[in-house]
Amino acid sequence: MSAQITMTQAINRAIDEAMAEDEGVILLGEDVAAKQGGGVFKISAGLTEKYGEHRVRATPISEQAIVGACVGAALAGFRPIAEIMLMNFVTVAMDQIVNHAAKLRFMSGGQTNVPLVIRTTTGVGVGFGGQHSDMLEAWFAHVAGLKIVTPSNAADAQGLMRAAIACNDPVIFIENILCYGLKSDDPGPGHFVPLGKAAIAREGSDCSIVTYGRTVLDALEIAGKLADEGISVEVIDLRTIAPYDEATVTASVEKTGRAVVLHEAVKQYGTGAEIASRLNEKLFGKLKAPVTRIGGAFSAVPMANALEQAWIPNKDAIADAVRTAVNWKG
Amino acid sequence: MTKATIDRDKLRDIYTRTMRVARADEKFRSLLMTGKLAVIYYTVRGQELVSAAAMAALEPSDYLVTTYRGQHDQIAKGVPLNPLFAEIAGKVGGTCRGKGGSMHITHPETGVMVTTGVVGSGLPIANGLALASQNRGDGKVTMVCFGDGATNIGAFHEAMNMAQLWKLPVIFLCQNNRYGEHTAFADHTKVDSIVTRAKAYGMAGVHVDGNDAIAMYNTTKAAVDRARAGEGPTLVEAMCYRMLGHFFGADFSYMPKEHLAEMAAEDPLPRLRQLMLDHQFTEAELDAIVADLDAQMDAAAEFAANSPLPGPEEIRKDVFEEEIAA
Repeated sequence: MSAQITMTQAINRAIDEAMAEDEGVILLGEDVAAKQGGGVFKISAGLTEKYGEHRVRATPISEQAIVGACVGAALAGFRPIAEIMLMNFVTVAMDQIVNHAAKLRFMSGGQTNVPLVIRTTTGVGVGFGGQHSDMLEAWFAHVAGLKIVTPSNAADAQGLMRAAIACNDPVIFIENILCYGLKSDDPGPGHFVPLGKAAIAREGSDCSIVTYGRTVLDALEIAGKLADEGISVEVIDLRTIAPYDEATVTASVEKTGRAVVLHEAVKQYGTGAEIASRLNEKLFGKLKAPVTRIGGAFSAVPMANALEQAWIPNKDAIADAVRTAVNWKG
Repeated sequence: MTKATIDRDKLRDIYTRTMRVARADEKFRSLLMTGKLAVIYYTVRGQELVSAAAMAALEPSDYLVTTYRGQHDQIAKGVPLNPLFAEIAGKVGGTCRGKGGSMHITHPETGVMVTTGVVGSGLPIANGLALASQNRGDGKVTMVCFGDGATNIGAFHEAMNMAQLWKLPVIFLCQNNRYGEHTAFADHTKVDSIVTRAKAYGMAGVHVDGNDAIAMYNTTKAAVDRARAGEGPTLVEAMCYRMLGHFFGADFSYMPKEHLAEMAAEDPLPRLRQLMLDHQFTEAELDAIVADLDAQMDAAAEFAANSPLPGPEEIRKDVFEEEIAA
């Protein structure tokens, strides 16, 4: 059996490698330095010891100041990584992200750019409740100038993080708390996964499930079960949510003729709406069933486990959506 | 008070920068009034000297972050007039190919890294530029300019705390022009002076008459020297006055007439001219400087007028490093 690596280790390794190669790679965030415990989720464990507190800076609880400082450092030619401990807290830093990081390349006519990675964590299913669990990628996808990445496995996390740090534009890197312990075969050092390229996580011929992040695991599980029913599901892991790999998605759905777009984020106005709409525009007349969406419930994420489980896209509902598509009679 | 506290060359430098700002502002207002330009314009009338003296204390390679009312800062820092005029006019020959406009001027060659239209948001970014200099040890100082209104946004407070915590080489230059949009200082801020807030963060804070060229220069220079020596940030509160309202053409009847008259007596331009004469500069010398500047303004206005409008293909460029599809 080959060596295994967890997503936590994989992200740590990617940052470590980038910091070793380039002194301009710095990490700013609440509690990230060794003295504060190397981050709440231990992503930055060991980095202060190697690179010093001037490069791994534990910050005050000041999200605007964290992202702003990273924007400034990026303008000066650094490749900063900002850790926003939980995705809901990006709301505090929206001005710096949306008005500055995203737009400075454009507004300066290409004279400056912001090679910044904003790492953040979220996820439904750990009982954190309404203000620690949101998936807010659709907000950022609506802003020109931001790239949005989320890995579904450890090896991709490592490779996507390296690519995100190397990217000359701002990248929002979303990590799912429930994925931190996932293990992959160790891809070894120097692993890169290009931004903007989706993965075909499982090949199939009857229906495509287009998804990203933790729900890729659900999609793969459902695809396995549906195979027993004689339904062949293709699972597309977007990896980069924006700009997404439209060619791969379109080719998959052109082949299968059916698609379910799945995400953990609230369904209303979500990224699934964009993907479904583009599929309809590109493939109208070739689709064998309407493209449907499955997403989180339209409420704040509840704390009580029973409610939280009811909030998350239900695996039976996802499977039913695929069956409905496959059995569609028009 | 002794007058001979400044080098004559530096005084000439400050005068030239001040008048470059003043003549450019005059030119913009004349272009707007004659209908040759139709853009939103935040006139800097009354604030010319404050930035001229401050920028004279910086090196050309030092960084500057400023705000939508920032033409005086940009011109005083050295942004060339031709592309600046063209940018404000939205032309392709502008500093930002017409994609930024007056509220978003960037010109890295002269250190102008960000001009922001979001009040107070430049301060955290200035910290980042200063942090980069601190890590690199390149000796650069970052100055960030903002008004009194900006000191009530959370970003101001977050940035002040972080800068002092890390002893960043940054200077927070509050140009207290007595108004945040249409709201007078006393109606938006409960403390008498912004300097009080520096003390709250353990930061050095200095209050200065922004219309006094020598005091303004020396105060800024001391802050720059401190920052360069690794002694950390300074908040400079420079008192000045926004003489023509929030944006050019806007009603400013909310500004009391008596106060306007009182502030007109403090007008930095005649005051600076008198200071120059007191330092044995001749009328002819000063007029020659202005005449030369006016020729530059005419040339810049012509450059802007003749520069083409940006084509629609510009929308696809600079969103990301790679050009996006239509």
